[in-house]
Amino acid sequence: MKPIYMDHHATTPMDPEVLDAMMPFLTSDFGNPSSSTHIYGRQARVAVENAREQIAALIGAERSDEIILTSGATESDNLALKGLAFRQTAGKGHFITIATEHKAILDTAEFLKKQGFEVTYARIDSYGVVDLDDLRQQIRKDTLLITIQAANSEIGTLQPIADIARIAHENGIVFHSDAVQALGRMAVDVVKDGIDLLSISAHKIYGPKGVGALYVKKGIRLQPLLHGGGHEHGMRSGTLNVPGIVGLGKAAEIAGRDLATESQRQLQLRERLRHGIESRIELVRLNGHPQQRLVNNLNYSFSFVEGESLMLACRDVALSSGSACTSASLQSSYVLRAIGVAETLAHSSIRFGLGKSNTAAEVDHLLDLLQKQVKRLREMSPLYDMAQEGVDLENYAWSPHDHHNH
Amino acid sequence: MDAWDEYTEKVMEHYENPRNVGTADNANGVGVVGNPACGDVMKLTIRVEDDRIVDAKFKTFGCGAAIATSSMVTEMVIGKTVTEALHISNKAVAEALGGLPKIKMHCSVLAEDALKAAVDDYRKKTGKTDLATK
Ligand SMILES: Cc1ncc(COP(=O)(O)O)c(C=O)c1O
Ligand code: FES
Repeated sequence: MKPIYMDHHATTPMDPEVLDAMMPFLTSDFGNPSSSTHIYGRQARVAVENAREQIAALIGAERSDEIILTSGATESDNLALKGLAFRQTAGKGHFITIATEHKAILDTAEFLKKQGFEVTYARIDSYGVVDLDDLRQQIRKDTLLITIQAANSEIGTLQPIADIARIAHENGIVFHSDAVQALGRMAVDVVKDGIDLLSISAHKIYGPKGVGALYVKKGIRLQPLLHGGGHEHGMRSGTLNVPGIVGLGKAAEIAGRDLATESQRQLQLRERLRHGIESRIELVRLNGHPQQRLVNNLNYSFSFVEGESLMLACRDVALSSGSACTSASLQSSYVLRAIGVAETLAHSSIRFGLGKSNTAAEVDHLLDLLQKQVKRLREMSPLYDMAQEGVDLENYAWSPHDHHNH
Repeated sequence: MDAWDEYTEKVMEHYENPRNVGTADNANGVGVVGNPACGDVMKLTIRVEDDRIVDAKFKTFGCGAAIATSSMVTEMVIGKTVTEALHISNKAVAEALGGLPKIKMHCSVLAEDALKAAVDDYRKKTGKTDLATK
């Protein structure tokens, strides 16, 4: 039997309604929306424009032509940053972001640095929330863009995007937000929040993989990443992924339609899980903000227990961990490190990502598993013993080679 | 990727039912190796009588492979002389478990290091000076 899926930050299953909407465009209605000479093309074009409106409606965009369709949020993030950078004639200009952004932002920012641009990482607090005073301080005359996510995919922390937007605009700076994790889980409104560029991914909102969008506020010019047939007002060439786009549109429509009920339901499940963990298991620590966090996210460190072994013990439920032992690079989560979580606690972290399919019974089953397995693994943990004996684990002489002299 | 998809049945069996968890009674050799910052710490306690390891117990903070190799190494050393035990390599422990995923081989080094550290400690305590490790 497949495990219960509770890793909805990584991806979400496609909604059957979305698949139904897509099916005709994979088979009978296969036209290229650029073909204007026959019904096949026109049908496809209508479907794409309808999807654009559905996407615009989810984020409160006034015009559907502000939606640029992409291959996913990685491309959207790249297009936002590089598109703005390379509209400059020379490699000049300054970007501000934070250290807990998705790699699609961080690696793009590092790439731009190599091209001569400058990047500043504004200070964040121990919950991962940006320090607005520091953000103001980091602004320079040549600052082109502030890019700060709406919500974090590991620790669920929400950013004060409306405040950030105000600070950006007071200084004539463009504001981009990666809202991949926030959409469908909280209200996002590009007009009210003052967002100029916003990244969207379909597969995080129960749509298909490999399709996304970038909202580009009217009047903002970007240099395209892909040159060719001049699609998407020349901002993104390439024959449109019609079935994917229709799927994204439908997923956006459903996300908007179900937002109030589904976010409330997931919030209740989250609180059930939170109270269960905190009342039934000792020595746990919540990573991320206690209140300003995604309705579907929890991230706990279970002291003295390594994350992979705990996930293995709870393998009835598909989860993820910030432990180095689960990553090919053998590095613990950069997000947890960026908010100052000690390495030991990063190794002990588990991320819970609730979604539409999850139920209270599943949460209760997980709680039983966690309680039992954390206890079992702690009984096996030398760190738990040492802590009980009062050893200061942070300052213990851990070097693996010093066992000659203790 | 779930690394444990690549764990052998034997690894899973030792992970689920680890042998010799705890602290050996009247232990005369203790090895603590690893570093919580690297994700793994193993504590191995042994009791040596007449140069033979009569008991070995472990406590491990680490992934499933680290726990399984810890369990296996205790099974392998009990009954062996100290010198015989020192010939047990991390590869031998991994082989006894039917192999480990490549990215998990480093976890078995912990077991070998803990064994050497425990023997070193025993030899120091009993006045022997020929240290097992370099
Ligand atoms: C916050 C955030 N941004 C960007 C991405 C990348 O999205 P995509 O998989 O559509 O390229 C993800 C998904 O991992 C994400 O969580
Ligand atoms: S203990 Fe970290 S990978 Fe095995």
